[in-house]
Amino acid sequence: MARIGVFTCWCGENIARTVDVDRVSAEVSALPGVRCSVNYKYMCSDPGQTMIRDKIASERLTAVVVAACSPHMHLKTFRKAGQSAGLNPYMVEMANVREHCSWVHHDRARATAKAIDIIRTLVHKVRYNHPLEPIRVPVTRRALIVGGGVAGIQAALDIADAGYEVVMVERDPSIGGKMAGLSETFPTLDCSQCILTPRMVEVGQHPRIRLHTYSEVEAVNGYVGNFTVTIRKKARYVDIDKCTGCGDCWNACPLKKNLSEFDYGMGYRRAIYMPFPQAVPARPVIDKTVCPKLIRNGCGLCEKKCQAKAINFKDEDRLVTEQVGSVVVATGYQLYDIGREQKNPRLTGYAEYGYGTYKDVIDGLQFERLLSASGPTGGVVKRPSDGAEPKTVVFISCVGSRDNAKGLAYCSKICCMYTAKHTMLYKHKVHDGQAHVFYMDIRAGGKGYEEFVRRAIEQDGAHYYRGRVSKITEENGKLVVRGADTLAGTPVTIEADLVVLASAMRPSDGVSELAQKLNVGYDEFGFLLESHPKLRPVETNAAGVFIAGACQAPKDIPEAVAQASAAASKVAVMFAGTELTREPEVATINELTCAACFTCLRGCAYHAIDKAEVKVPGGVKRVARVNPGLCMGCGTCVALCPSKSADLEGFSEQQIYAMVESLGAGELAAP
Amino acid sequence: MEIGYYPGCALHGSSNDYDASLRTCLRALDVHLRELDDWICCGATAAHSLNHKLAVALPARNLAIAERDGLRSLLAPCPMCSMELLKARQAIAGDARLRGEMAAVVELPVEGTTDVCNLIQVFQRVGLDTIKAAVTSPLDSLKAACYYGCLLTRPPDVVRFDDAEHPSSMETIVEALGAKTVRWNYATECCGAGMTIANDAIVLDLAHKILANAEAHGANCVVTACPMCHANLDMKQADVERHAGAAHGMVVYYLSDLVGLALGLPEQALGIDRHFVRERTGIRNQESGARRPAAPAPES
Repeated sequence: MARIGVFTCWCGENIARTVDVDRVSAEVSALPGVRCSVNYKYMCSDPGQTMIRDKIASERLTAVVVAACSPHMHLKTFRKAGQSAGLNPYMVEMANVREHCSWVHHDRARATAKAIDIIRTLVHKVRYNHPLEPIRVPVTRRALIVGGGVAGIQAALDIADAGYEVVMVERDPSIGGKMAGLSETFPTLDCSQCILTPRMVEVGQHPRIRLHTYSEVEAVNGYVGNFTVTIRKKARYVDIDKCTGCGDCWNACPLKKNLSEFDYGMGYRRAIYMPFPQAVPARPVIDKTVCPKLIRNGCGLCEKKCQAKAINFKDEDRLVTEQVGSVVVATGYQLYDIGREQKNPRLTGYAEYGYGTYKDVIDGLQFERLLSASGPTGGVVKRPSDGAEPKTVVFISCVGSRDNAKGLAYCSKICCMYTAKHTMLYKHKVHDGQAHVFYMDIRAGGKGYEEFVRRAIEQDGAHYYRGRVSKITEENGKLVVRGADTLAGTPVTIEADLVVLASAMRPSDGVSELAQKLNVGYDEFGFLLESHPKLRPVETNAAGVFIAGACQAPKDIPEAVAQASAAASKVAVMFAGTELTREPEVATINELTCAACFTCLRGCAYHAIDKAEVKVPGGVKRVARVNPGLCMGCGTCVALCPSKSADLEGFSEQQIYAMVESLGAGELAAP
Repeated sequence: MEIGYYPGCALHGSSNDYDASLRTCLRALDVHLRELDDWICCGATAAHSLNHKLAVALPARNLAIAERDGLRSLLAPCPMCSMELLKARQAIAGDARLRGEMAAVVELPVEGTTDVCNLIQVFQRVGLDTIKAAVTSPLDSLKAACYYGCLLTRPPDVVRFDDAEHPSSMETIVEALGAKTVRWNYATECCGAGMTIANDAIVLDLAHKILANAEAHGANCVVTACPMCHANLDMKQADVERHAGAAHGMVVYYLSDLVGLALGLPEQALGIDRHFVRERTGIRNQESGARRPAAPAPES
């Protein structure tokens, strides 16, 4: 028979005000197996914990119920206290009489009765607790970083500098991400490439970082500490080990008019190309959709020019596998591609702005390329249609953001700042030009941010109109922008030479598929879900998988970098030991009764159940087996199992039934 | 297909050419219109600017009649009428107290279940393929500027029809008739509507911009599905030309005119001969039907 101690906490006034703790202690002491029942003002304080430890020793308690706050708050505290008194920590349970009782009720008598009911269920549960040991799993101390933008680069360098190996997978031919294409960055106007490219080179040269560019994550197997990742290395048609990056090949390529992805269609590249001069690795790639050699065995000039014999037209996609212990997802963002064919019916709005129809209506990233010294215009602001210098430029913020009617509900956060930056950079390059900005609100929270926006308005003379633009049309070679100035209460019509749309930030294409491979949740917009929005911002609900940067939510460079370093430190903490301990409250399957129907396997959201075979007299029996490294203890398999062979440690069916029955059996002490 | 028909004041009065056009055209497509018995005015701008309850009650009476007579769908070809009917329907359907109140005012029970549609939606229900199959005289020399005006797609949460700022439903139908359409700037701009009475300079300016823009984008006709738009662009066109000092000579069709012409129906039956601006020679391939020798002169 268990010897149970019940410790009821007042939580100062929080519980004791509504619950008569003396009555609770007295009534609970009569429950079967209860050897001692006491209460104290602050059970989590040192004297409170000491009281628990002393009672465990003096009463020779075998199980403890602490009636206090939510187990999320203090279960660990009390389990530790029990452990220090020699009790198995899993013999300590908590009854939540604060969040579930005193905080949500007023009537003292009825709240007291409910508190007793709650405690009774836990007393009945703890009778069936048995000692558990934490699960220990070995750790492969190598991290996978998905995405080579600024967040991925930061995380990779931090982890590698901590002494651990890193595998980085980047979808594009070069790392650098969106930041590599930016001109100058707010709020200091330092050159984006100047601060990023040294970091890119560091990644490329780091002895502990293995780079897979032009590659994608194909599959992820295993569990925290022990992932096996299959990576598809897309055919590049260039042997990057032989290649010296000399440029003979792309200078020879006759196909000059392919829109450059890196310039967002503002410039051109060859069929064999390096995305930008500072690319890492500084190696070209062949675009198989346009290369005549690959399409119809024509041309082949690049191969003839290459002295290093690095061109390989027979190249094919290759799959490689890497063993890693943790994963950092840093897949970044893309802009809302307005006014074009959209797979998602939610994203069909804004055709009235003429993006994709009028050449001089461009988005923020395209304008960055027009401003960038390394851009297609060499940093001279020329409009795409005729190369003329635009004298009037209209900037529209919140295109697609903060718009429940035809866009996305959330704020993209960075647009107010980069639009202010755009007006400044434009004014610095076109002194007699005028920038006009239509905005909803100016959101400039951040160090030096508000001052930066004021500078754009006061020093560089941008005209700001609080209001939306209803339509953009083209008349007589001008873009006629019609909007409202809601502060002045008048409609505004501006004849512009160029219009820049601050389109909403969206998660990169394909991130939801990646999230499914990693068992990471994502929200209705496709942004990856953190474990807790405040206290676990870089963890996910998949153990060992962390997130950093704009794949989680719109964010600017400083935030993405901070989050990347946070994710890196979480990885480093995980790698500090040789093995991981996990809570032992996982599912188990009784292999004697398992009928091998595998309903559990199909129902398991975490892919934690495998098929296994066990020897039985006269042959081999197929069974389902739980991988305790992967199991999250959700209990789905327990509910699904037709033969009642699955059970959950710490929350066994026996325990749950005991709790439910105790509610029915107990004289519900209603007033 | 049988469908209820709410002509509204315009189609029984100044825009009876529109009434003729859509009756003729829909009959040929096997759509039978059952005119709403004893219908009353929708209230238009006058009611909703003066009295909210009246603005609900007037269309509610019409909705109640439709419900009583078992008309599940109701065609209101005038966008003002259909918007007022939809607005009242939305208000009634979502508010039990108002439903009761309105039933007392209009002396009929009303639930707000009638499906109110515009002319484009009726053509959509007939089906693009059916229309295509019925075309006998493709309109391949027409380059139409489809003009939705301000109300056909707005307010979006009331009419719930097409993209409010960048619609394309009319283009789809016009292209099915073999005509070309142009992308232009004024498809959803206001023509000035009722200002034509109070301050016609506004209408003349707006109409001039609309016609000039259609022309600048290569259109040789404007297509509308609104009696008010048609009046301001067609009937007023001579005034517009005088006011702006520019010659337009832009033919303005109702959508049902074009469908009718493509089906080979005579102009007279479609009421096209009653339009003020007559067709410029050569924009349509063939003559269809008998024409009256001359259009009535614009009253000025």
